[in-house]
Order: sequence, then structure tokens, then C-alpha cells
Amino acid sequence: MLDYMRSNRREVIAGVVLVALLSAYLGTHPRGASTYVMTIWANQCLILGLAACAQFFAVVVRGIDLSVGAVMALTNCVASYVLEGSAVGMAFGMVAVVAAGALCGLLNGLIIVYGRIQPIVVTLATASIFVGIALLLRPTPGGAVNYDLADAMTLDVLGIPTALVITAVAIFGFWLPFRRTGLGLGLYALGSSEQAAFQSGINTRFIRLAAFTLAGVFGGLAGLFYSFVTTTGDAGISAGFTLNSIAAVVLGGVLLRGGVGSLIGALAGAFILKTIASLMFFSGIPSLAQPLFEGLILAAAIAIGGADVLRARNKLEVYA
Amino acid sequence: MSNSSTPLLEMRDISMHFGATKALDGVDFICNAGEVHAVLGENGAGKSTLMKLIAGVLQPTHGQLRVDGSDVFLNAPQAALRHGLVCMFQELSLVPDLTVRENLLLGAPAAGIGWLRGQGLDKAQDVLGRIGGAQIKMAARVADLTLPQRQQVEIAKAIMKKPRLLILDEATSALSASVVEKVFDLVREERDSGTAILFISHRFHEIEALADRVSVFRNGQRVETFMKGDHDYAAIINMMVGQKIEELFPEKPPPRQDAEAVLEVRNYTWEGQVKDVSLTVRRGQIVGLGGLDGQGQGAFLMGLVGLLRKADGTTAIAGQPTRIGSPKQAKHQDIALAYIPEDRKTEGLILDQSIQENLELAALGRSDLDAGDAALYAGALEQLALKHGGLELPVSSLSGGNQQKVVLAKWLALKPRCLLLADPTRGIDVKTKTQIYAILRQLADQGTAILLLSTDYEELIQLCDETHVFFDGAVVASLSGDDLTPQNIIAATLNVSPEPQAAHA
Repeated sequence: MLDYMRSNRREVIAGVVLVALLSAYLGTHPRGASTYVMTIWANQCLILGLAACAQFFAVVVRGIDLSVGAVMALTNCVASYVLEGSAVGMAFGMVAVVAAGALCGLLNGLIIVYGRIQPIVVTLATASIFVGIALLLRPTPGGAVNYDLADAMTLDVLGIPTALVITAVAIFGFWLPFRRTGLGLGLYALGSSEQAAFQSGINTRFIRLAAFTLAGVFGGLAGLFYSFVTTTGDAGISAGFTLNSIAAVVLGGVLLRGGVGSLIGALAGAFILKTIASLMFFSGIPSLAQPLFEGLILAAAIAIGGADVLRARNKLEVYA
Repeated sequence: MSNSSTPLLEMRDISMHFGATKALDGVDFICNAGEVHAVLGENGAGKSTLMKLIAGVLQPTHGQLRVDGSDVFLNAPQAALRHGLVCMFQELSLVPDLTVRENLLLGAPAAGIGWLRGQGLDKAQDVLGRIGGAQIKMAARVADLTLPQRQQVEIAKAIMKKPRLLILDEATSALSASVVEKVFDLVREERDSGTAILFISHRFHEIEALADRVSVFRNGQRVETFMKGDHDYAAIINMMVGQKIEELFPEKPPPRQDAEAVLEVRNYTWEGQVKDVSLTVRRGQIVGLGGLDGQGQGAFLMGLVGLLRKADGTTAIAGQPTRIGSPKQAKHQDIALAYIPEDRKTEGLILDQSIQENLELAALGRSDLDAGDAALYAGALEQLALKHGGLELPVSSLSGGNQQKVVLAKWLALKPRCLLLADPTRGIDVKTKTQIYAILRQLADQGTAILLLSTDYEELIQLCDETHVFFDGAVVASLSGDDLTPQNIIAATLNVSPEPQAAHA
């Protein structure tokens, strides 16, 4: 157990911070730890959580995805057209929304891999394209999502917020098994040392393509869940989510140099970030000062993750 | 061992051009199953290029590869792996952030992109145990392993892929003699079960111990292929360099025990890895540090330039007690130490930067020197006879031996009083080695004190005036003069008495 905690130190730290923040939040909230409060909190957290997952797949292969927010905006607008009508129609609609995200990711991946262009440039360009298409779909916010479906996804199951159930499924149903596949291993190998991965006989092009496609899938899921929460389509949501998704993965212990971190960390980072924002809302700090305090907490949390550098007795290990 | 059947691997009229340079030029090469085929040549002779072609990392500009008599096109390492061509690369192919277990699984024959079942891990663990790596934990991160441990994992990873042709490219360069022997036993066993082995090494006694057949390369061409024993060392060296080298090592001058002490270390201790080490390096002396890998000699050198925190002991430079807290202090003109690190690619150089920029790095921050002044390096570059196509090219464009010369040049420009070197000739060709030996002796004659860590006991005997052998963090033997024999050094590295009695290695 101790060994496990040591080798997953980053996730453990993020988890502890999250629990502490959540306790503080529920303690200060006038209505306390009710299902209602938890549900609203979890919904807000999961939107950013899914966006952070998308960012994670790009960052773990030593890339970055500046189109996460744009994919969300585009899929949100798509969702506002297709999530009405018959049950079967809505089921296909949800698949279509995620598929739209996957297509965006695939496009990013294709340009990055075959165009041999840095991810930061490619996703900056495609982000504009995606937002452009979203604006054509929804020049002004509008459209609708079936209320029954939206409620089912954003309320609670037997007192447990549905968003937390979805989070659990993402971790236990997807991530933990995925980490034990060749693709999961390949992502880390590629991010940590592309040369070593290539020489080991890994198909680095395929892995990178898969990573950005997965980023698109999770961007699509984020857009879909956002649609359930807001029940409208809005092309103007992209900016905040892209930057926050990067902050979230960093906070969750995913190194921007690639190869280190996990999806659990990315989710924890997103939850922490949203919890801080919620805490600010109820703490009485003037709203204009909130970004300042959020930034300070962010910096402090990241510094804790790097604290073990102080224990190194060989100075070269500090740079390793 | 000449059988009439088709060779396992045949290369016909292979040429490989990088721009204007011809790394390989019309090479025919044959590799038979059940044979250890050593490939010899200076750096830049084309050996590594040849291996990369076989491993599918590079594709030839011209020519054809044949496996079992049929043409193949190896456009990626996966393609080579499918034919059973496995390469253990000189540049380590392990992923630092993954665990040993994950690295072994990476690219294993059974592992695709789907579920990993861990097939073959038993075999890998078995191999690790046999080559002295039993203490390497499967759950350990590769970044936390020492260099020799990483090489052991590399070997296990290669064997695990059940190669039909196994390429060992400087595979044992960081391993100690006893581990190398175990690896050789394993390689012989693989050979006897029908695997072809391609073996690249710069150490003659390793070739002597392992090879059945030897091919010598020079300037991108195969000079000759012959059975081991057909030619002696001198003849082989002549083939490699194309000119006569009478002696690898320069002549040793008579000992000068009365010269002034430049570096005096007393009772140096650190974290249980270095224990109570005291030694003195005098003007004009080359002092060797020997021992198996990881016995504290490497850490000791790092400590001297201030890389270790919380170390005990005193250091005196030219009689003045001095506290050295960082490399910046160590290179200050009042102290003037220079440290050539073990891993030139990560610690010695910034590979993507130009030769000129790398040269300037050491002099930056010295108030008495102008780092941008090219004249500062001209002397050192000339002395080292650095071969380059222009100082503005990236260091990565140079061969390994020439890269090491750049590391040396940037420090020699500071005119160090004492030069500390961590295995400076590891993985470097004979000719460059000889040049480096000559330069070290020349520097010593000019008054530099030199502390040389080496894993090659020939260096410790032929080059050093005095050698301290480390075992488990402490100096167990200090040998000089007639005591400086291979038997004494090997005995000391194993911490047994030199008489052949009850050796418990």
C-alpha cells in the first residue's frame, strides 16, 4: 500500500487536496452536504474533468491540445440539434456528438502526424476552424436538449450525483483497463522517450494519432455533458475551457513534458480547480480578487508536487 | 563453421548516404546462424549505420537486404522484429518514465495495442537473474536505475524477443568485468542454439573472448572478414586505422612523489555510498579510480565538484582548505577543477546546440575569460584534432569520439589545475582513445593533476601512476609501480586477496 502510494504520489497528493477542499466547501455552503449541493458541484466538476481528460491524452504524448474548448463548443452546438425526439434518435444523437468530437481529434492527429507540424500550432489553427463551424451551426445560443435525458444525466442515482457515477465509470470502466493495454503503455512510452519507443518497435505514428483521437473523443464527451447541464447550444464557450483544462492536468500531476501522470490525476486536477472556484464564490472574497487567489492556490498546489526535489542529495537528480 | 546453406542475413552492395557523406559505400556483408560475428572499426567507420539498417531504423540509399535468401524491405523496427532481427542499441532504448516491467513489455512480440498479458516476463526475469541483475525490481522506474542496471535490462529485453539475429552494439560498455562474463555466457548459449550474433565492441579482450568471425570496417567499407585468430591485435588495428599504431598508451614518466599536491581529499563520506575516502593527486600525476560499477567512485567524483549535498570530509586545493559547494565554484579560477561526466550525451553536451555554443558553456561565468572568444578554444581543438564540418553545426552531427573531444575541449579551455574524468573513453574507438591517452599524458607533463575513473583496467595500469580501487564505497587498495597488475586490480575490485585462494566472487 505504501509502495503504491509512493509510486502514485502525484495522484495521492491531488486526492488529499481535493478531499480537504471539498470538506471546506461543504462546510461553508449554507445548505451543507446535501444531494442538491453535491449534484451541482459534481456537474460543474465533470464538465472540466472531461475536458481535462481530453487535454491529458494530448499532453501525455508530449503534445498539447489548444482545441479542447473548441471541440466542446462544436459538439455542444451539434448536440443542440440532435438530442430531441425518439429514444432511439437521441441515442444515435449522443453517438453522433461523440463521433463529431472524435473526428475533430482525428483531424488534429492526421495533420500533426502526417504534416509533421507541432501540436500547438495545429490545434491553434483547428480550434478556429471548429469554432467557426460551431458559429455557423449556432450563430446565437439556442436549440434544446430533451429535458428527461438531461435530468437523467445531471441529477442523482439513489442520492449519488450521476456525474460522480460517470466519473467512476471513466476511471474503473475505461482508464484502469486501458492502462494495461499496449496502446495505454505506448502513450507513455511515446511521451517519455519517442526514440526509445520507436527503437522498441512501437508504431509511433499510430499511437500519436490514437492519442489525439482520444483527446477528441473526450472533448466530445465534455461537450455532450455540457449540453446536458445547460440544455442549449452555444458556440462561445471555448476559451475558458481550453486554458482551464491545461491548468487542471498540471494540477493533477501530469507533466507537460509528457510521459508522466494519469487520467485519474487529470480528473482530480479538474475537480480541485472547480472546487476552488466554488469555494471562492461562497467565501465572501470580492469577485474581482478571485482570479488572484485561484492563481495563488494553483501555484502552491503545484509546488507541493515538486517538494521532493528538496530531499535529493545528488544535485543532478534535481534536473532529472 | 562454414555451411553451404543460405546465410541468415545477407547484405548486397549496400550504400547509405547522408547528404554528401557516405556512411556506407557498396558494402557486402553476410551473417550466419550459430555464429558470433564481431564488427570492428573506428567511430565513423559505418558500424552503427550498418546495425541501424539491419534493425530497420534506417533504410539504405542503395542495395538489398536478404533474410533466408529472400529480399526484404525493413521500413521500420517492427518489420525487422518480424524477421527476428533484434538490436540492443548503444543509445539506450528504454523509456525512462516507465517501470522495468513495462519496458520489457514494450514492443514484445506478443504485445500489440490490446490487452497485455505479460508473456515472456518470466524469461526476462530469468535472464536478468543470470546476468547479475536479480536485484532489479520489476516495479522500479527505469529512470531510477543506474547505467549498468539499464544495460542489463536492455539485454533482457532483447533476449526476451527470441531473436534469430541479435545485434549487440557496445552492449556491455558500462558493465563490470564479472557481469560481462555472465552476459557472454548467455550470448554463447544463444549462439549454440542457433542465433546469429553481431557484436560491436571497442574492447579487444571482449572480442577475443566471444567472437568466432571478425569483420573490420573502415571509412564506410568492409576491409576484411576473417576467423578469429587469423590476425593478431597489431594487424587488426592496422586494418582499422589504415596506419600503424605502435603503442596504444603513451610512455609513463618516472614517478614524481615529491611534486606538490594539487588536490588533497581527507575522510570524504556521503550517504553510505562513499566511505572515508582519502587521496592525494599531485602535479603531473594521473591517478586512477577503479572498481566495479557503483562502488562509490562515481559519486566521489561528483562530490568533488560540489554535486552532492551533505557530504563530510575536507578538500584542499594546492594546500588551501577549500569548500566546493557547486560546479560553478569548482570551475572558479582560484580552484580550477574540471569535471568530465560519465554520460556525455546528457550531462556533458547539449546535443542540439552547435559545437561553438557547447564549447562556450564552461567558460561562461568565469570573470577572467571571454567565453565568446574563439581563440580561447583554438588551442584545445588543435591539440585534440577535432574532426568537424564547421563549428556552427550541432554537436549531434559528430561521432561519439568527436563529441567527447568537444567536452574535453570546453574544459581544457579553462586551463584547469585538476581534471576529473569519469570513464572518458567509454564507447569510443581505438584511435580516439589513443589520442585521448596521449593528451592526458601531455596535460600531466604540463603540470595538470588528473583523476581518472575507468572501467577498463588496461587504462588503470598503462596510463595511471597510481590507482585506487573502490569496493562498497571505500578504497580497498591503492596500487602503484610494480603492484599495478591486472591480477591485483581484479582481486581488489572483488575485495579478495590477490592469491588465488577462496575467491568468493
